[in-house]
Amino acid sequence: MEAKEIYGRLEQRFPGKVAGLKDDVLDPFLMVEPQAIVEACRFLRDEPELKFEILSDLTVVDFPKEEKLQVVYHLYSYTFRHPIVLKVDLPREEPRISTLEGVWKAANWFEREAFDLFGVVFEGHGDLRRILLPEDWIGHPLRKDYVEQEEYDGISTERAPLVEKLLR
Amino acid sequence: MKPLLNSLPETVFTTKVDSLLNWGRASSQWYMLFGLACCAIELMQTGGPRADVDRFGCVPRATPRQSDLMIVAGTLTYKMAKRTKLLYDQMPDPKYVISMGSCSNCGGLFQLAYSVCKGVDKVIPVDVYVPGCPPRPEALTEGLLRIQDKMMRERWLVREPRMAEQPVEA
Repeated sequence: MEAKEIYGRLEQRFPGKVAGLKDDVLDPFLMVEPQAIVEACRFLRDEPELKFEILSDLTVVDFPKEEKLQVVYHLYSYTFRHPIVLKVDLPREEPRISTLEGVWKAANWFEREAFDLFGVVFEGHGDLRRILLPEDWIGHPLRKDYVEQEEYDGISTERAPLVEKLLR
Repeated sequence: MKPLLNSLPETVFTTKVDSLLNWGRASSQWYMLFGLACCAIELMQTGGPRADVDRFGCVPRATPRQSDLMIVAGTLTYKMAKRTKLLYDQMPDPKYVISMGSCSNCGGLFQLAYSVCKGVDKVIPVDVYVPGCPPRPEALTEGLLRIQDKMMRERWLVREPRMAEQPVEA
């Protein structure tokens, strides 16, 4: 099914909750309201003509100028071999969104990663801990305004200056 | 009393205890299996038949408690740096460390990353730094030979008198 049709289905089912389809790119995407994400995903998974069985990826993009964090969901249907990308905008100060763990179990680790590196809080998640970094790490390093600590657990994070030419 | 000269059979040698200890130590550097990144591939290659470090007694060990030498081969993250310190503390004395490759020397290519430790010498003392990205087996073999040289120079029974123990004139 084409992205336009998938968008049509979603718009029909959730009027006013989805917007901004862009289908002239490699991965067609659409914007979803944060409140509707769980219901929309459950609909996409269960509808017999859509059947998005898998959440291939879940990533976050940081936009400091627009003061938002964008959560990106990559879905794929093995049955019909069609992909779709959902994007959700969250406020940068307090990014909170419902977990998708109940829809696709794979979301568990993806969401932990997003929490670890961007600080997005997934409400209702069963085990929202850091997954890559050590548990006593301070800050969320993939945010654009992340400042490196002077030391981690007694290990200095300083480094010898690079060659001046390289610094230019 | 009969002089000792030429009184022993030909198979008997006389040497200093220190030299014997050092010879034994230098000929059996059991290194710990500690590959962290792509350098580990070269480390395996060095243990393989072409470079064949077995010929001077370098044998891989899978536990720190049986190892004399730690070859830190690869990118060291802060998460791993804590474990590296722990493993180093578990090794019995005397112990030696080779820092293999740019990453463990100074952070290398990844030194601007938030999660990478800027050199293993920030965590544990290093005896020999092997440059390269990754170093060829020949380079690592050279590093092992440098460790051998260092071992052979060490003295265990008779130590140099310390400066502080000498009498100070008022």
